Amino acid sequence: MSVPTGPRIITSRFDVADGHTYSGYVRTGGYQSLRKAVGTMTPQQVHDEVKAAEIQGRGGAGFPAGTKWGFLPADVHPRYLVINGDESEPGTYKDRMLMELDPHQLIEGILLACYALNAAQAFLYVRGEMALAQERLAQALNDAYANNMVGKNICGSQFSVDITLTWGAGAYIVGEETALIESLEGERGMPRLKPPFFPAVKGLYMQPTIVNNVETLANLPYIVGQGGGDFKSLGAPTSTGMRMFAISGHVNKPGVFEVPNGVTTFRMLFEASEYCGGVRNGGSVKAFIPGGASAMWFFPEHLDMALDKPTVDKAGSMLGSGAIVVMDQSTDMVAACWRIVRFFARESCGKCTPCREGTTWLERVLKRMLDGHGRAEDIDMLFEISESISPGIAWPPRQTTICPLGPSAVSPIASAVRRFRPEFEHYIEHGRPIDGVESPFATHLATHV
Amino acid sequence: MSRLSSERVTIAQEIVGRFPRKKSALIPLLHLAQEQDGYVAQDAMVHIAEMLDLAPAEVYGTASFYEMFKFHPIGKYCINICTNISCQLVGAWNLLHHAEQRLGIKAGGTTADGLFTIEDVECIAACTEAPALQVNYRYRYKVTPESFDGLVAELEAGKLTGEFPPHGTLATVRQETTETWSNRGTEAQAKVDAR
Repeated sequence: MSVPTGPRIITSRFDVADGHTYSGYVRTGGYQSLRKAVGTMTPQQVHDEVKAAEIQGRGGAGFPAGTKWGFLPADVHPRYLVINGDESEPGTYKDRMLMELDPHQLIEGILLACYALNAAQAFLYVRGEMALAQERLAQALNDAYANNMVGKNICGSQFSVDITLTWGAGAYIVGEETALIESLEGERGMPRLKPPFFPAVKGLYMQPTIVNNVETLANLPYIVGQGGGDFKSLGAPTSTGMRMFAISGHVNKPGVFEVPNGVTTFRMLFEASEYCGGVRNGGSVKAFIPGGASAMWFFPEHLDMALDKPTVDKAGSMLGSGAIVVMDQSTDMVAACWRIVRFFARESCGKCTPCREGTTWLERVLKRMLDGHGRAEDIDMLFEISESISPGIAWPPRQTTICPLGPSAVSPIASAVRRFRPEFEHYIEHGRPIDGVESPFATHLATHV
Repeated sequence: MSRLSSERVTIAQEIVGRFPRKKSALIPLLHLAQEQDGYVAQDAMVHIAEMLDLAPAEVYGTASFYEMFKFHPIGKYCINICTNISCQLVGAWNLLHHAEQRLGIKAGGTTADGLFTIEDVECIAACTEAPALQVNYRYRYKVTPESFDGLVAELEAGKLTGEFPPHGTLATVRQETTETWSNRGTEAQAKVDAR
């Protein structure tokens, strides 16, 4: 199988032993884009390159970063850049790598963004559970400060920025930008209502704030160094640049790959020897999640679809955070569905009733099926509860909640129950999975949770 | 147990200085307390409330929202086994079951000698290396029941203290900067406070 490949842009130092150190970064061309920007470009020119690159945010929503930056009101200061390093969407594994293996690249990206935005303060918020990433970033910031790459009069210019490193303490919801801002203010991580609290207008401390994902910012040194047009030409016109995808689950070689955006298909990623090298045990795909636990599932008929944002959106799901999870024919779909719903039930912040109550009910109904206590009316009940969180159970989801967490718990139910309804009915009738699938539980589920 | 030690108060003051508003330092200070005692002690929360001009209830109100903060002593080594979808697909529940048998406790429990706690946790961003676990938030990948036993034996023998600092310690490197928000003057601060 011939597959499109491209240059490694943001993963270029992953194999360099000292790529995470200041000397290793500078030796491999690091901080050249920052020097170029502060020495020869205006902030507007940097912003224009990012606009020309048409880079879609890599955190999940895929909103064009250059456009987002344009929402900042002119001349309101102080304004802040907040970096979302709270990677925790199930299946997602890329931001942690970028922070651990190439922290200076992220710092350079932050500085370029601050330059373009005229922001003098950035807050780098890392997930609490990532001790090594925190350590590497702290060391990198100390070294960057010592070498006048961060702080006052960077590289001898008039440009000054402080970056404050901080981290959370275990809460998925903090990945939502307004919840992250609440957490940065020392509060519980509960999302704010939009409108009026659009971060670009009323963000951190009610000041204009841009929240960007780690991977998005890690691309900026390349975009500014090589030009937005060059970046754009690496992918498809509708999904530009290179992009990181993590493919996990039932494939022979699970891995994180940087691939040309918008042109590679799911089948290529799963089957090509350059990528995952096929489904395990010579099996075939039963279902896969194209973009994190919040996404609607895809099935074998979607395998030849390109990983292109508008194409995937139109097919009724999303590429989200680049988290692809492959399930082969042996997968117990009721158990898979339950596990994802349990995640959202646990991580609901409790602010909105439909989500707080609804996700918990969904989890309990699914668990009693797995425990062998399912009732005939349970499938209808799953849909009824889902409707109360996400009316119409459609894609993109409508919601009765402030943020999309609640509707995310509906995705696995809408996907799995609609497609594999007989598996659910079998559990209700017989208290065990259909023949040919493996229960993932070592003992009866009730002994675990 | 205790209020923050004088060295930690110095670190706390540095952290507070990096934010335009004191309350933003709350979560970092709670981590500092957990690093000191292995959990967040009540006295430490009262101390933090004093430092940040908050009521103790506000401190606990934020702290109790976040899963990593513990309010009673747990094991020196907190073993977090991921059971989320990518790990479940390749045997995480077998691993958790094995861990429970090996240590004689259920997920959420702590061994009588105070050495180990096991938790059944959500995705830890190591999906392509499943099944994965963390010991005090540092990773082990593609864990099998056999490699789990080996890990426990080494921890029991005290061989991995360098790789896994006691529970509560996260980054062993601190950001060092003398830059504080107050260096920017009262005008900048007033602009933040005005909103």
